Amino acid sequence: MLRRLDDFSTQTVRISIDDRTVEVQVGDSVAAALLLSGVTTTRTTVVSGAPRAPYCMMGVCFECLVTIDGVANRQACMVKVEKGMNVRTQIDRHPGRTT
Amino acid sequence: MISLQSLMNLDDRYELIVIGAGPAGMAAAIEATRNGVKTLVLDENGAIGGQIYRSITTATPKRLAVLGKDYAGGAELARTFTESGAAYLAKATVWRLTADRELGVSHDGMAKLITGERVLVATGALERPFPIAGWTLPGVMTAGAAQILLKASGAVMGPKMVLAGSGPLLWLLASQYLAADVPLLAILDTTPRKNVLRAIPHLPGFMASPYFRKGLGLVTKVRRAVRVYKNVDKLRAEGSERVERVRFSASGKEHSLELDHLLLHHGVVPEMNLLRSVGCEMAWDEEQICWHPIASAGGETSIPGIYVAGDGRAIYGAELARFGGRRAALEISKSLGAIDGAAFEHLCAQLEQESRPFIRGRFFLDRMFRPRREHLTPAHDALVCRCEEVLGSTLHDTIFRLKVLGPNQLKAFLRSGMGPCQGRQCSLSVTQTIAKLRGVSPEDVGAYRIRPPVKPITVGQIANLQTRHKRGLECLQ
Amino acid sequence: MHGEFGYAVIGGGLVGASLAYGLAKQGQKVVMLDEADIARRASRGNFALVWVQGKGAAFPVYSDWTISSALAWSGFADELEELTGIRLYHRRPGGFVLCLSEDELAFRAEELGKLKAYNAGYPFEILSREELVNLLPQIGPEVVGASYCALDGDVNSLMLLRSLHTAFALVGGTSLPGSKVVDIQCNSNVYRLSTLTGKVYANRIILAAGLGNRELGSMVGFDVPVRAQRGEIMVTEKIASFLHYPMHVIRQTNEGGVMIGDSHEEAEDYNSVSIPIQSGMASRAVRMFPCLEPLNVVRMWSALRVLSCDGYPIYAHSNTHPGAYLVTCHSGVTLAAAHAHRLAPSIHSGSWDPIISSFGLERFHAEAA
Repeated sequence: MLRRLDDFSTQTVRISIDDRTVEVQVGDSVAAALLLSGVTTTRTTVVSGAPRAPYCMMGVCFECLVTIDGVANRQACMVKVEKGMNVRTQIDRHPGRTT
Repeated sequence: MISLQSLMNLDDRYELIVIGAGPAGMAAAIEATRNGVKTLVLDENGAIGGQIYRSITTATPKRLAVLGKDYAGGAELARTFTESGAAYLAKATVWRLTADRELGVSHDGMAKLITGERVLVATGALERPFPIAGWTLPGVMTAGAAQILLKASGAVMGPKMVLAGSGPLLWLLASQYLAADVPLLAILDTTPRKNVLRAIPHLPGFMASPYFRKGLGLVTKVRRAVRVYKNVDKLRAEGSERVERVRFSASGKEHSLELDHLLLHHGVVPEMNLLRSVGCEMAWDEEQICWHPIASAGGETSIPGIYVAGDGRAIYGAELARFGGRRAALEISKSLGAIDGAAFEHLCAQLEQESRPFIRGRFFLDRMFRPRREHLTPAHDALVCRCEEVLGSTLHDTIFRLKVLGPNQLKAFLRSGMGPCQGRQCSLSVTQTIAKLRGVSPEDVGAYRIRPPVKPITVGQIANLQTRHKRGLECLQ
Repeated sequence: MHGEFGYAVIGGGLVGASLAYGLAKQGQKVVMLDEADIARRASRGNFALVWVQGKGAAFPVYSDWTISSALAWSGFADELEELTGIRLYHRRPGGFVLCLSEDELAFRAEELGKLKAYNAGYPFEILSREELVNLLPQIGPEVVGASYCALDGDVNSLMLLRSLHTAFALVGGTSLPGSKVVDIQCNSNVYRLSTLTGKVYANRIILAAGLGNRELGSMVGFDVPVRAQRGEIMVTEKIASFLHYPMHVIRQTNEGGVMIGDSHEEAEDYNSVSIPIQSGMASRAVRMFPCLEPLNVVRMWSALRVLSCDGYPIYAHSNTHPGAYLVTCHSGVTLAAAHAHRLAPSIHSGSWDPIISSFGLERFHAEAA
């Protein structure tokens, strides 16, 4: 439901979101890339399992936590996309890195 | 600008360390390096500009046209900063600051401790918490978030997008969407009617300020193109997996709109977790309904050598943030002996003269866009603490039943403010709820004490700092 | 002016709230006086262990007292949960002290051996690395073994604080927060407490104000030999439950955060943390559990332990001021059950449980003589 204005095209890279390959633009944050790729829920909460998604886009709400290249709970809005990045949403799964 | 690539490039000590590369931080670094002060600028984003001028160095002509003149005006400041002699490290997180001006910095999975003879905190502002029912649903974001998406990715939402709240940013964002030919479903203006009366005494100052013509034109243009509901209250977002509709009352009549995106905004407030964590004294400002660090004219806080400038000091906007950053840099340069008293006096007088019209205009904006009282504290069915999922009803009940006097005892009882956001999304609402229920001023209630790390750092990064600190083990069993 | 009370408990931390609850539950008219939002609060900063292992090695009666409270804890938790509906997440799976060298392990065995010599039934074991790895598969390669005691457990101590305050109100107690006591006078067997919010009259008073007891004690004839000892803690983001046992320096809370802590410094400042100490704690924790390494730290803090000269509790009745009692200890979580169920009734009946009498101030004077 997010879309890009036509002539903002720049260089693109491919990343993986939950095992799906998507093409995103260099300079996008992971959070922007998720929203532009149609991902609406990026995690469910540890406390109640409620769905959450990016809210502030500037690193202060900690809602957009996802697993990037195996490291859980990264702030998606504070990390820029990189070629070949592996992004996993944290839905219905406790981000335990210990099991 | 000396662009640093890694923590390894950082010296152990700088004359001035500026935290934040927004308008205040950049202006301060330009002035300080001009005076020969050895300056380091740390910023957590990938590029300079802060939030207001985000992605300014890579903006395409179309993007500049959509975002408008004020945004484009940041390019010159960014260029001057780039040409300055300041050292700059991007993607650097400052997770700790001490009264001895020691900073904990992390970057690319490593951490390091460095010291500034002077430290300038220019960490800007964040959106004021808007704790209505459903504000945690996917699809509900802040207006600031939408601007960031527009600036950094050229991304827009729509077509079923609703803006709700109050304040200049709301109208600015609407006008930017219109400039990009992206329709908005509606604007829900929550500004209370009585604000006009309170603001009128400051109207002359506003009319004489650069904000007046710009603001008037903007609002007129948006009103012509978008359905605006006035005097909105009883706002709530609803939906199961994501936001599906917004319910509200406008001038006493109930409404419901189906939508895909709801953007909330009722002003911004200083981001002050770093200053709080080091124990800077704060005062409650009832005009801006937030805390301000107590600081001298030159921005020095209650802790010697630690300065603050820009929206992190008080909400005056980007133009004044530049003046404030420069003013602080002059003070710092003088205290370091980098400029003499006469030059200092001369430049300060000049700055004051130039900044005056902007200051006058602000008083009107604060009063005109004062948030609706009911949106400052959580409704019973709204989460106040998004991280620990504490409901407004639980908050009210606990304050009442356990006679809670302040937010720190409340934190112990309910865990509110203990999550990863470190109270950024609930501190103001909690303080104001306690104040309301106790019938006292927020000044008497106080705020959460903030603990390090103010930004994430891993157990491993902290463990690796130990090589410099073997002594630490002696105090452990 | 407030009304007249049978008891005024000075201190709203875990020690004060446990006693206030214990007395109010017996039908006494109790007021609990507490300081304002910011104060030296050990109860907000603790590690939340209900811990037995190793305690009382030099003062065996303390191990008896600790064991009795640890054993009473399940019933105490049930009682509070039933009354307040607030879950405490108390568990007693047994706890470990992990050792990173053979010397550490030998020292543990020696310390616990002393307790075994006093109490043949003292339940502890020394586990080799091979035995340990079955129970704690995530331990790092440097862990050589551990001591284990089946009586150890933990609880959510913030929930405990909230639960005690809630329970106290439910059994009819009166709370007066923001009422720091600045003066105590006794006339005709009635105590008059001057507080920041007014005067309070009570027949008996209990000083349970932690480090504040030093100043308060001098007003009613107690010379209170306690000092502050700073401890630092860090807590990580919430992760899937993987630590099913508490350890003396690492535990995972019911919410999922991992607490790392237990430094000891002689310091009265609790507003800062020391990077050398935090770094040392983190380093040891990662050696014990390498899986902790990538976890984000959510907060670090320090808090002050309330330690008597010998480290053990003090329960005393004033010689000069009848009806004035002194209660202090640094194990407010572990001893909460004993304080509510045994100490409160003892104080009220006036006939002290013999074990409680062992913790008087006389022991310090005897040593001096």
